[in-house]
Amino acid sequence: MMIRLVFAILLLAVAGGSYAAGGGDENLDSVHINLSDRASLQKGAATFASYCLSCHGIKFMRYNRMAEDLGISDDVLRSNFLQPSQKPGDVMDVNMSEEDAKRWFGTAPPDLSLIARSRSPEWVYTFLRSFRVDENSNTGWDNDLFADVAMPHVLYRVQENSTREEYDRVVRDLTNFLVYVAEPAKLVRYNIGIWVLIFTAVFTVLAYYLKKEYWKDIH
Amino acid sequence: MNRILKWFDDRYPIVSFWEEHLSKYYAPKNFNIWYFFGSLAIVVLVIQIVTGIFLTMHYKPDTELAFDSVEHIMRDVSWGWLMRYLHSTGASLFFVVIYLHMFRGLLYGSYKGPRELLWIVGMVIYLTLMAEAFFGYLLPWGNMSYWGAQVIISLFGAIPFIGEGLAEWIRGDFVVSDATLTRFFAFHVILVPLMLCGLVFIHLVALHKTGSNNPDGIEIKKDKDETGKPKDGIPFHPYYTVKDLFGVGVFLFVFFGITFIVPEVGGWFIERANFEPANALQTPPDIIPLWYLTPYYSILRAVTYPLFGVDAKLWGVISMGLAIFLLFLLPWLDRSPVKSIRYRGWMFKTALTVFVIAFVLLGYLGTKNPQSIDLFLFTNVTWAQICYFLYFAFFLLMPIYSRLDPVKPVPDRVTMK
Amino acid sequence: MVDEQVDKNRRRFLTGVTSGVGAAGAVLAAVPFVASMTPSAKARAAGAPVQVDISGLEPGKLLKFEWRGKPVWVVRRTPEMLESLSKVTGELVDPNSEEEQQPAYAQNEERSINPEVLVLVGLCTHLGCSPLEKLSPGEVDAEWEGGFFCPCHGSKFDLAGRVYKGVPAPTNLEVPPHRFLSENLVEVGVHTDPEDLA
Repeated sequence: MMIRLVFAILLLAVAGGSYAAGGGDENLDSVHINLSDRASLQKGAATFASYCLSCHGIKFMRYNRMAEDLGISDDVLRSNFLQPSQKPGDVMDVNMSEEDAKRWFGTAPPDLSLIARSRSPEWVYTFLRSFRVDENSNTGWDNDLFADVAMPHVLYRVQENSTREEYDRVVRDLTNFLVYVAEPAKLVRYNIGIWVLIFTAVFTVLAYYLKKEYWKDIH
Repeated sequence: MNRILKWFDDRYPIVSFWEEHLSKYYAPKNFNIWYFFGSLAIVVLVIQIVTGIFLTMHYKPDTELAFDSVEHIMRDVSWGWLMRYLHSTGASLFFVVIYLHMFRGLLYGSYKGPRELLWIVGMVIYLTLMAEAFFGYLLPWGNMSYWGAQVIISLFGAIPFIGEGLAEWIRGDFVVSDATLTRFFAFHVILVPLMLCGLVFIHLVALHKTGSNNPDGIEIKKDKDETGKPKDGIPFHPYYTVKDLFGVGVFLFVFFGITFIVPEVGGWFIERANFEPANALQTPPDIIPLWYLTPYYSILRAVTYPLFGVDAKLWGVISMGLAIFLLFLLPWLDRSPVKSIRYRGWMFKTALTVFVIAFVLLGYLGTKNPQSIDLFLFTNVTWAQICYFLYFAFFLLMPIYSRLDPVKPVPDRVTMK
Repeated sequence: MVDEQVDKNRRRFLTGVTSGVGAAGAVLAAVPFVASMTPSAKARAAGAPVQVDISGLEPGKLLKFEWRGKPVWVVRRTPEMLESLSKVTGELVDPNSEEEQQPAYAQNEERSINPEVLVLVGLCTHLGCSPLEKLSPGEVDAEWEGGFFCPCHGSKFDLAGRVYKGVPAPTNLEVPPHRFLSENLVEVGVHTDPEDLA
């Protein structure tokens, strides 16, 4: 009995401690991610297409999947997202070649399909709001979160023409979108999961009564 | 229906098998919660094989294609994300179940005679499972996959004389590369699963020969009634089939909860760094092995001084090997006349408690930077060294304290506690 | 005893219900696995319909593009080409397109929706080589009215893709499913999954 108590406490302590320790969350700002907010995702998608897609691909996302999940109509998809040569089933890869990218920026802009999972939504949100002017750098910009970043402050114009709250909201929508891009299945897995858990619980309760019934025999 | 059954039974030992191993196989009636984990291990094995087969339909074992194929499964393949999460959750839960299953053995002396061979086969399964997990983890070809494999294989390189050649032979190349990936795929998908199935079969045959132990550590076969049935035994079917069914239900609830709601488990079941493709030029800053291998990783890193002309790295590898090897020797290290912890004295109870704390702590420390202070007072590596000694003391001193331990009288019949 | 009787029925009931729920669970669990073997989004994208702009296609010319890994031709037929179709009927195996080598809307003499625009899969129905375009009269032999000639084994097809008698190919060239999104925008291939967007 004593052993079990010690065991349980230890496990909880380690679990709790390790959860709190997290993954080096430094000084990241919190961001409210809500994948059922379609309007936010659509705005994020539009921002991404306008400002990011020319350099950063999201090569694991297909145009038609994004359109279906975000409720973007075929016309809007073709006019705002697709190049004339592209088809809806194509992946959202970038046109820039790696050699060109290395020549212009020193390093190829990474694909952003999984950035919200490899870093975290908080990291993406903070990063886009941490650009500072730096006259000594190649691009004229540096970033508080990512020193000597090769990326210029692409959203500079947006930030200039918005209030603090407005800009934060734009970045939040963009981050929301990138969380969706990193795992589109998130839109469905919670909902399906609840039903699966309910079904399993019903089965388990039935199995319990079945067990109790048979074990009446045993004394 | 009976005619059909008879047709088969005349040609295949169905009925005798059913009776010998299920409806007339007598198991102790006092099994408690610790006895669910054997059947749960079989359930997880089946889940891993089935989900694994479906993943193999879409996965590509080629360094240029592997990472992308996993994302293809997550997005393009119908329900692919579910296959992936079931498999990743199953991999970690397999070890949770196995550790709890092994702990039951420590609690009730299930490794003691006549079940020594059962324990040994179980330990071989444990090692095989670790190999399976190690091979499988390279397959997504993420950055943690790559560097994890690089580090573990370099451990083999530490072995004197044959080390370098051995590491090269395992890799099939001078660094972890496409050759390594393809062969690890072959091992993970075919070789080791076949071994596991064979070993589990042998494990069950050994179990049925001796019969199960129980929480009181009493041999139920010693006390039989007039018809030859153990007085404290009950037929496995229907009593334990129905009880295990309930156990499976509870387990699946936890399994599905994780799979659908928190498949990453904060980075413990699926690590963040693995969402970046393998990069030979950049090690992840927070590189750690999979959580279920961290205690041994800690032991490996705990040795920081060279001794007797052998460097610390090699001592670390030797310690790690010894740590696992000692588990095999448990049946012979334990000299107590009593099996179950219920009738043991304060010495064994203390030793086991300390052992568990040390093991869990080693696991935790394996995820941390050795030079930092994450607990209190001492650096992590110092704590790891303390736990290292406690871990080995549990085994090496056992012949002494298990004999000196003041035991309690063991009852003749099982108690339904 | 009365107790035994109640026990058995309760046991049978509980066993039945639990087994029933368990079996239902097993079937539900099988659904994602079976579904995962259906064509993935990648396969569907590769096999997706193709939209082709034919505004630049001059009369008497052929435009070639790929659909599902196959060559597809669009020919803007001239009035002379269309007239020649009735001249060769006697030399054809299946002049009325009775074999199902075309959708219902192409089961006419021109084998097209709009007589001017011919859409064909450019693969010979003999062994799959891609025939050469020989659209002008006299290009193959003195009696040639225009059509397609397969260099591999000499099969001949007319300006509606219909196969001539006495050649190895057994059937007319395939007309793929297609539709006009506008006067000059043709979409070849149809959606099998209603959820797929254009």
